[in-house]
Amino acid sequence: MSKVPEHGATPLLEVRGLTKIFGELRACDAVDLVIAKGEIHSLLGENGAGKSTLVKMLFGSLEPNAGEILWNGNVENIRSPGQARSLGIGMVFQHFSLFEALTAAENIALSLDKETQIDTIAEKARALSESYGLPLDPYSLVGDLSVGERQRIEIIRCLLQEPDLIILDEPTSVLTPQEADKLFETLERLRSEGKSILYISHRLEEVKRMCDAATVLRHGKVVNHCDPQQETAASLANMMVGEEVTSAARTPPAEGQEGEVLIEVKNLNREPATPFSIPLRDVSLDVRAGEVVGIAGVAGNGQGELFEAISGEVIQDSPSVVRFRNQDAGKLSITERRLQGVGFVPEERLGHGAVPEMKLSDNLLLSRHTTDSKAFLGGLGVIKHDTISQTTKRINQEMDVRKSGEDPEAAALSGGNLQKYIIGRELDRQPAVMIVNQPTWGVDAGAAARIRQSLIDLARSGSAVLVISQDLDELFEVCDAIAVMHNGELSKPLPIAEATFEKIGLLMGGAEPGHVEHDHGT
Amino acid sequence: MGTLEAILLTIATAATPLLIAAIGELVVERSGVLNLGVEGLMVMGAVAGFGMAHLSGSAWVGIICAIIAGALFSLLFAFLVLTLVTNQVATGLALTLLGLGVSGMIGEAFIGLPGIRLEAISIPVLSEIPLIGKLLFGQDPIFYISIVLTIVVMWFLFRTRAGLTLRAVGDSHGSAHALGISVMTVRYLAIMFGGACAGLAGAFLSLVYTPQWVENMTAGRGWIALALVVFASWRPLRVLAGAYLFGAITIVQLHIQAISLAELEFLPGVIFWLASLVKSIPSQFLSALPYLATVIVLVLISRNRRLTMMNTPASLGKPFVPSR
Amino acid sequence: MRIELTKRPQHSVLFSALSPFIALALTMIAGGLLFATLGKNPFDALYYYFIDPLRETWSLHELAIKAAPLILIAVGLAVCFSSNNWNIGAEGQFVAGAVVGSIPPVLFPDVQMFLVLPLMMILGIAGGAAYGAIPAFLKVRFNTNEILTSLMLVYVAQLFNDWLVRGPWRNPEGFSFPGTVRFHEYAILPQVWPDSGRAHWGFIFALVAAVAAWFMMSKTLKGFEVKVLGQSPRAGRFAGFSSSRMVFFAFLVSGGLAGLAGISEVAGPIEHLNEKISIGYGFTAIIVAFLGRLNPLGIVAAGLVLALTYLGGEAAQISLGVSDKAARVFQGMLLFFVLATDTLIHYRIKLAMRSHASGGA
Repeated sequence: MSKVPEHGATPLLEVRGLTKIFGELRACDAVDLVIAKGEIHSLLGENGAGKSTLVKMLFGSLEPNAGEILWNGNVENIRSPGQARSLGIGMVFQHFSLFEALTAAENIALSLDKETQIDTIAEKARALSESYGLPLDPYSLVGDLSVGERQRIEIIRCLLQEPDLIILDEPTSVLTPQEADKLFETLERLRSEGKSILYISHRLEEVKRMCDAATVLRHGKVVNHCDPQQETAASLANMMVGEEVTSAARTPPAEGQEGEVLIEVKNLNREPATPFSIPLRDVSLDVRAGEVVGIAGVAGNGQGELFEAISGEVIQDSPSVVRFRNQDAGKLSITERRLQGVGFVPEERLGHGAVPEMKLSDNLLLSRHTTDSKAFLGGLGVIKHDTISQTTKRINQEMDVRKSGEDPEAAALSGGNLQKYIIGRELDRQPAVMIVNQPTWGVDAGAAARIRQSLIDLARSGSAVLVISQDLDELFEVCDAIAVMHNGELSKPLPIAEATFEKIGLLMGGAEPGHVEHDHGT
Repeated sequence: MGTLEAILLTIATAATPLLIAAIGELVVERSGVLNLGVEGLMVMGAVAGFGMAHLSGSAWVGIICAIIAGALFSLLFAFLVLTLVTNQVATGLALTLLGLGVSGMIGEAFIGLPGIRLEAISIPVLSEIPLIGKLLFGQDPIFYISIVLTIVVMWFLFRTRAGLTLRAVGDSHGSAHALGISVMTVRYLAIMFGGACAGLAGAFLSLVYTPQWVENMTAGRGWIALALVVFASWRPLRVLAGAYLFGAITIVQLHIQAISLAELEFLPGVIFWLASLVKSIPSQFLSALPYLATVIVLVLISRNRRLTMMNTPASLGKPFVPSR
Repeated sequence: MRIELTKRPQHSVLFSALSPFIALALTMIAGGLLFATLGKNPFDALYYYFIDPLRETWSLHELAIKAAPLILIAVGLAVCFSSNNWNIGAEGQFVAGAVVGSIPPVLFPDVQMFLVLPLMMILGIAGGAAYGAIPAFLKVRFNTNEILTSLMLVYVAQLFNDWLVRGPWRNPEGFSFPGTVRFHEYAILPQVWPDSGRAHWGFIFALVAAVAAWFMMSKTLKGFEVKVLGQSPRAGRFAGFSSSRMVFFAFLVSGGLAGLAGISEVAGPIEHLNEKISIGYGFTAIIVAFLGRLNPLGIVAAGLVLALTYLGGEAAQISLGVSDKAARVFQGMLLFFVLATDTLIHYRIKLAMRSHASGGA
């Protein structure tokens, strides 16, 4: 299955010494990369290793500071995505480059360089999508489509340009395991048609399964070129991270006595607030003291709406649909819910969990101005800056937050360090209940391990922890039971002993809960 | 010419500047930029149009210069909000304040000068059809330009690739940039088009509507044009409808102020009584009608949050810094 | 050649302090060029604009009189803008405050006691705040754009005032000039140092308002709430702050202070209500707020600078025959330069020589 290119044949793409500097950061530092024709080449690396920067330079949306790119043996100065496309480079973006207010066909038309009738494009797109088994309605509005369908548009748009090299940036991070399998079939078919693929991922199993060659990046530098078939997942992980990262140790929950129910969600319903949001339907869930319960699901299936409802950012109609520690919370505000001993960590760090242009110490007040008002506020609501600085320092030490300067603005921290701070801000209160949305999204492995361990430890110390995440590996690492959110509905939780990737994957894809046996939650 | 025909004609005259300015702003907003400087651009167009017409003796020279003045003046705004990424609301206000100041200073020389009126077109025979003849075939040229402009903008936005690109930039500048569309170029052009339209609308005021120069003669019309774009949910045909609605409100209240009760004595008793009741409303309250109507219309159109959210260009007013 | 911006990791403290001064310097250069093209000696013109009004005590009093309403309104606008609410109808709230505050001396001219003046001030604040509450209510309840509604209400307030002073409130002994009766002595704001000039208590109000607003914004949880909701509404909701209540707070504060400015003008230098009270302080205050970088103490300085351009405009007109309209051009340019130099606080600016295919203009 793996085709080794003939020795001496001109590679499709060769990159020599490519460098990109942002301010003081060398996002890519003298990167070399060779992609042969008809090869699936993996670009491996942690969050922040420079993978996205590298491919943006290949696609002409970033300008390198040094180095050269050879295409079919010729040096090319790729100055714009349009030029990259005309060379034969196509790109499927991680965070998609789609327009929600336009139709699928209009989206496709925008990346074709010739002016073509929209109906012609629609017909071509429909035909192509059917031949690859990726059905697509060209006249639907992108805003109404699921994440998986949006990715199809990106792929079809890319294929319509008939590229020789297709770059996919973390394509499976938004897919169910079954959808990912479907994608791999498509990629293998493309390889058999002689196309090359640059596949960016941090999922080692996928890489081992499919890729012919791999280039590993760490802190902007190439650490290794290797054949993933010859490596183990562990050896690849070591190359990526560069140090031994132990995954979180999940001690078994206390045997015998079941903890008290601390989070109780009962028949929670919510109408969609915006045209593109998902209604919640009859969501019910219990989380007991001492356990971590996870909610899996493909992005955009109502997890954000659920977080808003549970946290009290949006208040419910009835007091008893959300209860914490045996007290009604449904009609309470987020501040009042915090006073019940609940801590919240939202998905977005900048602009939701923290104000980007405010110092860390000011951001401490964001979630704790009322719960800790005695400590932090004086008369007339005057803020005690001494106390909040001390508390901030304590959190930074506790969570090992690395930063430049004593009290930098939130935006100046890396994703992982800011996330450690935001989680630490809540842990510092020792909450009886903790609700976290995407705890380690876009966070480096070291920070992720630390965050996951702290969530397990919190639960084992007697708190109830609810984790909403798209990352199945993470949920399997930290949870005692996993429920699945699909289209605004929540399945019953599967105890971790019974849960498998396949079962959870089917539920994520919308299979009837009845298809998967479960007997938890009685 | 009957009273009704006169009223219809003046409605068209009142609506035309609103329509032109609002269509220009619609294009700007569809590209994701909120330009609150329409009032300033219009007043600059008005003073440039009047001044150049006066110097050259030709109304058409005035019109062309007003268009150029509007486009150039809007370039200042574009440079700040696009290249220097300043706050769009504040910069738009700055444009209005500066426009009012500069036009006041330039216009000091023009106060009291006789104006040059842009002559109306009159198509023989057709313009003599009762009631609608003069309305459709005997108006000033800018009236026809405003209608053509609306249709062309509609065609451009929804039938051409350039229009699709413009809408895409307004929907998501990040995605557009990733695809290699030059967000900056699209927005610079859109802002300059908006500026040119506002300049033309201003020249209409000083060369057709009241052919003279009065300081601050736009009297809030730029702001009403901005409101019209919201009212129209960013759709050209609805801008047309909205502009005529506002034109009608303006003109009807003016006619009520102007008419004397004696002229209405022929009316039957009850209606005459009603008319005299309306006539007893102080003129200031009638003058406030267009502004109050703007508020009411905005309330009616905005109250459906979902619909507003669907129609508003998603990038409107948001800053964009291209990463290179 | 094109201009490239790179976001600074943290905002620049240096440029935060420096940018208003750079803007002021640039405005003077541009203004000098303007005067040179008008055939005036730019140095003379700038002297009359920025130095001459400061040479005499009475003139300093006039400066305080002009600055008082600008500072009062701008302090409120600073709170409002910091919370990301765009009240640009301060001019209307100014008129509303003047009208409502004038009720005691106009409708009850026989009630003459020292309580009248405090009552007028309170009514002025209430009138401005109530008028400001209209766009706030429409925004919260109907999602209506507050920029447009607050602005439309300026015209309505001006027309209403015009009707009052020509109609029901007109002074019957005023020889058919529009305007109310002259206020009695208990309804006139006292002068601060009557021996040296006309400056009245409005200026004291302005200083008190600025210090109070500075304290609130920089020291208290309320100020924190204003800034959080202004910078990141979503983080504000996460913090449990209500953006609807903030809309009302912002408009009530800015409307109230604009109302106080209105009644202070009428009860101060003008001494009666007339149709000409609205001369654009509410709009100039927007420039003051930005020149002061939305910091209430900075606004005191900025208010004095803008007041200077009014006086300087008159001085230059008398001495050099420059149109007094030039002052407004100055003010408009100043706001442009302030906004442009603010970019330096958050971005590094670099001129790139090589143009790029998709780099744009």
